[in-house]
Amino acid sequence: MNRKKYWYDYLWIVTPIYLGLGFFNILFAWLGMLFFCLPLLIAIFGGSKLYCNRYCDRGQFLGLLGGRLKLSRNRPTPRWMRSKAFRYGFLVFFFVMFFQMLWTTYLVGAGAQSLGQFVKLLWTFRLPWHWAYHGTLFAPWVAQYAFGFYSVMLTSTLIGLIVMVLFKPRSWCVFCPMGTMTQLICRLRAGSPEAAKDCAGCGGCAK
Amino acid sequence: MPSKRFALVDPAYCVACGCCVKVCPLSAIAVWRGVTAQADPSRCVGCGKCVRECPAGTISLTEREGQA
Repeated sequence: MNRKKYWYDYLWIVTPIYLGLGFFNILFAWLGMLFFCLPLLIAIFGGSKLYCNRYCDRGQFLGLLGGRLKLSRNRPTPRWMRSKAFRYGFLVFFFVMFFQMLWTTYLVGAGAQSLGQFVKLLWTFRLPWHWAYHGTLFAPWVAQYAFGFYSVMLTSTLIGLIVMVLFKPRSWCVFCPMGTMTQLICRLRAGSPEAAKDCAGCGGCAK
Repeated sequence: MPSKRFALVDPAYCVACGCCVKVCPLSAIAVWRGVTAQADPSRCVGCGKCVRECPAGTISLTEREGQA
């Protein structure tokens, strides 16, 4: 049965556009702040994971590649990857690396470190990315943050693609730090999941 | 006549990603307040599409009481 398509069903296109723009001009990486802020705002003020459920471009992109294009082996996500320890552990690790990136940005802003025109893949490998920096009217830390943020986005997309091929199309969603964080916020707002037993599954709360 | 089985979500391990919602042909499953997916047993026909789609492996098909 084919479900009626809405405009938000085509948001998968945002992922290749975002990564493509960052390849030519790193300052476009700042647009990625939307992918960080929107889910949090929806969770905090709306009390839902509507972003994950409906608007997440990466989720749609992985679903398209793994589902429709059949690039996924469609094997069950390993039990350890689905465990709470891994989910929350990855969230903590992600936060630590994110704050390290903010620290580097601060050092560049303070003039203690020069601008690093590279993208750090998997928090380890330095890929030259100097062609994407054409100077800026803003302070150098603005570009440093863009390089750091783009590194985060490229790394998480790469991990998402790897687990998509190896396991289920959207295995990334199981330990996505934004998903884990927004679910924690929603859980705090909604109370115990035991209350869900009274849910009729009408979908009214998701509208 | 209701189906013999229906989808049951384990709320402790559901990541509320909404993958199951998208594939359900009868819209019998919804995400409850961003916490967990919840299937409506009265509408679920136990087709198992959500079970195959769920990346967290938290959905299983359960026999209805009295029909096991």
